[in-house]
Amino acid sequence: MINTIPIHYFLLLSAMLFTIGMLGVIFRRNALIVFMSIELMLNAVNLTLVTFSRFRGDSSGHVIAFLVMAVAAAEAAVGLAIIINIFRHKKVVNIDTMDRMKY
Amino acid sequence: MALILFFVFAIAAVLSGICVAFSPFGNNPVYSAIALIMTLFFLACEFVLLHATFIAVLQILVYAGAIMVLFTFVIMLLNLSKEEIGEERLTLTKVVGLVVVLIGLTYQIGRVIWAHKVAPVTLHLTDGGPSNPAFGTIQDVGVKLFQDFLVPFEVTSILLLVAIVGAVVLAKRKI
Repeated sequence: MINTIPIHYFLLLSAMLFTIGMLGVIFRRNALIVFMSIELMLNAVNLTLVTFSRFRGDSSGHVIAFLVMAVAAAEAAVGLAIIINIFRHKKVVNIDTMDRMKY
Repeated sequence: MALILFFVFAIAAVLSGICVAFSPFGNNPVYSAIALIMTLFFLACEFVLLHATFIAVLQILVYAGAIMVLFTFVIMLLNLSKEEIGEERLTLTKVVGLVVVLIGLTYQIGRVIWAHKVAPVTLHLTDGGPSNPAFGTIQDVGVKLFQDFLVPFEVTSILLLVAIVGAVVLAKRKI
């Protein structure tokens, strides 16, 4: 009995991590920390995918988690380039000040 | 044993996750980046418990290796001072957001626990493991990736190409 893990433990862990990431996006104004919170949310979703994949004994969920990782890499590259560009123009990374499309 | 390992890794992941979003050490994003690397590592440990060995290795290599290096590189490139980081203010929007998120979390936890009460489901991690002994290995995932998921895989490669070009165009001073 000690060697079995109920599936809902994994789902609750995933929900908690997702919530922490979401609160980070809502509360923090530093663009870099907002970005890291988004990565945290993506990882929480990956944990859910892998959990259900293990539950069904079908590794399709692993493939989707792999694709999510690729999307996260693309998103991080473009997002960080945008942050660098805005920092070069405005010398801040506070997202409250990023309220225009063009400077 | 597996349950103890699960709890150790889960508590570590949640604590370091809290350190990512609300770092107790200060406003510097480097602390958040280190905490995020730790969270990713503990999540990789959870993936190993779920027999997802390939995804666990990929998590360390791609996330903690490549993406977080990019993050720390940008943090050190910007080298933010206190006034560049700016101050954090508590607004009504944030309070409303907190309430909505907590309601959503409570609903989700309630749903999961209720579903477990109705039909208890446990994952048996050591008694035999998954029915397919190759479950979660590179071979298993790779065969799936190149047979059933070939089109999404190719679309992802185009997405990465677009991201590379976009990042260069955005970050370069003069093209």
